[in-house]
Amino acid sequence: MTVPSPFALEAVNITKRFGAMIALDSVSLSLRRGTVHALLGENGAGKSTLVKCIMGYYLPDEGQVLFGDREQSISSPHDAHLLGIGMVYQHFTLIPNMTVAENLVLARPRLPAVINWRAELASLEKEMKGMPFQVPLQASVNTLAAGEKQKVEIIKQLLLNPKVLILDEPTSVLTPNEADEVLSRVRAMTQERELSVLIITHKFREVMNYADDVTVLRKGKYIGSTTVAEATPQSLAAMMVGRETIASPLQRAQRQRGNASLDVTDLWVENDNGVDVVCGLNLTVHDGEIVGIAGVSGNGQKQLVEVLAGQREPLRGSVRLHGAAYTATRAQMHEHRFRCLPEEPLRNACVGPMSVADNLALRRYDRPPYSSKSRILHRAIFKRIAREWVESFGIRTPGIEAPIANLSGGNVQRSVLARELSDAPHVLVVANPCFGLDFGAVAEIHNRIMAARNGGAAVLLVSEDLDEIMEMSDRVVVISGGKLVHETTPATADMTRIGQFMAGH
Amino acid sequence: MMRHLETIAIPVGAVAVSLVLFGVFITIAGANPLEVFASIYRGAFGSWFAWQDTLVRAAPLMLTALCTALPARAGLIVIGGEGAVVVGGFCAALVGIVLNGVLPPLLVISSMVLVGALAGGIWVGAAGALRHYRGVNETISSLLLNYIAIALLNFFVVGVLKDPATLNKPSTFPIGDANMIGAIGESSIHWGLGYGIIVCVALWFLMRRTTFGFGVDVVGGNVRAAQLTGLPVGRLIVSACVLGGAAAGIAGMIEVAAVHGRANTSLNAGYGYAGILVAFLARHNPIAIIPVAILLGGIRASSGVLQRAHDLPDATTLVLQGLIFVLILASEALYGRIPWLQPKAPPKEQPVMQAKEQPKEQPA
Repeated sequence: MTVPSPFALEAVNITKRFGAMIALDSVSLSLRRGTVHALLGENGAGKSTLVKCIMGYYLPDEGQVLFGDREQSISSPHDAHLLGIGMVYQHFTLIPNMTVAENLVLARPRLPAVINWRAELASLEKEMKGMPFQVPLQASVNTLAAGEKQKVEIIKQLLLNPKVLILDEPTSVLTPNEADEVLSRVRAMTQERELSVLIITHKFREVMNYADDVTVLRKGKYIGSTTVAEATPQSLAAMMVGRETIASPLQRAQRQRGNASLDVTDLWVENDNGVDVVCGLNLTVHDGEIVGIAGVSGNGQKQLVEVLAGQREPLRGSVRLHGAAYTATRAQMHEHRFRCLPEEPLRNACVGPMSVADNLALRRYDRPPYSSKSRILHRAIFKRIAREWVESFGIRTPGIEAPIANLSGGNVQRSVLARELSDAPHVLVVANPCFGLDFGAVAEIHNRIMAARNGGAAVLLVSEDLDEIMEMSDRVVVISGGKLVHETTPATADMTRIGQFMAGH
Repeated sequence: MMRHLETIAIPVGAVAVSLVLFGVFITIAGANPLEVFASIYRGAFGSWFAWQDTLVRAAPLMLTALCTALPARAGLIVIGGEGAVVVGGFCAALVGIVLNGVLPPLLVISSMVLVGALAGGIWVGAAGALRHYRGVNETISSLLLNYIAIALLNFFVVGVLKDPATLNKPSTFPIGDANMIGAIGESSIHWGLGYGIIVCVALWFLMRRTTFGFGVDVVGGNVRAAQLTGLPVGRLIVSACVLGGAAAGIAGMIEVAAVHGRANTSLNAGYGYAGILVAFLARHNPIAIIPVAILLGGIRASSGVLQRAHDLPDATTLVLQGLIFVLILASEALYGRIPWLQPKAPPKEQPVMQAKEQPKEQPA
């Protein structure tokens, strides 16, 4: 006879590949019964992929998931639910214009054809008494604050009596007070109900205060597991971001700091939900320098780039290029040679159904030689320049007339590089330029950005990849909560401190 | 090019399927579908007489189709052609009535064209502006603007502007015979067909050959890319709507100046709605609108023949028109999904992503 396993859930040597990319490289995790286990890592570290393997969204290429004592093949989220694994997603999955009670009943796997609402309400009210927190059953979900909604999401799972509950960044939409309340209740619950909780996070504070154990991933690799009692924020920061210094193969020309080209003063920006995410940000980038903005995603860097790119209106504050007010008009972009390499280039910088040649002409199509003074397009010039750039930037395409959406990600990014860098930009804004690209493409893109900097451009680099920031930047700033909270240089940087600033500690 | 093959093969296939379904409908209605198809052909293109009827009906369709096609290039679904026809025709009639006998006919007609275009342009431009600056759904607002236009027309033609001589069909006073657009040569086709073709060709040139058209296509293709390159998105959207509305306004002017001689409720005869179908069939390409409008004009022209020869109600051709519309809209989902219509796949790039190799570290 075997002794019952002390673990509610174990993932053993999970490997998951997407094509040639290794998203998870032999990662293991053991969740002790009745504890809270934190899964810590930067964006792209593989946390979500691991959880999706556990929940059956992905089938791991190697390794297995042990549930209770047995190996289980979980091939769909439905299987996971039947086993008693519940998950609360990062984004709300409630139906906003229905009441809390309706949402809770709707979540049950089997519903009768006719619902007896009176009986359902009575039984819900009874069950709510045993819940760690209360929610107003009759309220419509769209009247609830984010913290309340998160509680409803958790209760929705608890009503299904799970043995294991997975919370994917449960506090990303909450205020610190709400987060404290939710997490402390969840923690209390684990002891009362023999529930085991796996919580995905990148916040040290939550790990230190509410978790029993922690597992750290970095870039798809298992870095280590420890009990929280033995960990410190410093040791976790070191594990999360790594400490290796990177030898720079880039040709960085020595330059004196030039004039201030890009000036952002007291910028306030809100996100799509009307929440302020850039909160009084000040930033200056000089000619011939790369300023890298490090930060965990969701701290305002995306909206900052959108404002500079003209894709979002700021609430207030000013952006100046070479001292002149800048409102992202075409004339200003031309005058100051403002160019931008946004993240997700196909979504942000290309017109998918239009041809490669047309997309390469987007910046200058309304000027000679692309078009005449009388605004007639010279298609032959479009094609000639497109052929030159396809050649010089090594864009692999079936032809310059092919829709750019048919190209691979790397070639879309090369096309945007060709367009944005070919006319010696003076101000360049770059966001996650290498996301999803292979090694060779990354080096090439870095070299081209560095060449623009050596040519005197003021470069703002926003990246979730800290290695990239350290490798490329002349100055590094850390963004947290919509403000710059730390400034350093790669030479003098203390990675542990950067990690702590990034995590808002 | 394979890419062009797809844009032709899919609409043609959709029309073929709708003809088959229409045949089933005809059989159920108790007629022989093959004979009915033959009659449709005869009624549309079978004789010089049929051709003249077809072309007269095609002229306003070309112009109203532009009212959906141009905003569609900027990414908007506008169905306000009917309203633009009504306000364009009504305002053109007012100008004709006021200037009748004051200015020589050529100037009167020119003024009517300008005012009709202006009125239609403002009408549809309003839907575009509401969309861009206030976030109002342009499909709904342009539809509602149709009803407003028709209500205004009714209000004026039965009220202050009614010619007491028009008893059966309340209308405005006539614009005067001298100010009418005449027929082409000996035919019964009026010069409105020339207006339609000229406007289609001119807007094709504007959309395909000028920086304006390129900008509109960028906005319609991906607003975020347009913003990134600093394009004046609002101005381009509203301009495309104004141009489309102006074309439909000219259609209304032609109905007044070439057919009715006055403004009355014949202006909302459904040309605006049929134009939506033409625009979608032509994939919003102004040049392709010309042949498609002639095809649709032919189908509409054949309704009388169906009634006489097969004892079918004259709304039968509307069933065919409706079937084509539904299948064209449904076929939009097929673009890029029929393997043998696709251009050759680009060479696959090998490793698209790779986690950087790093030595495994011990936890601190």
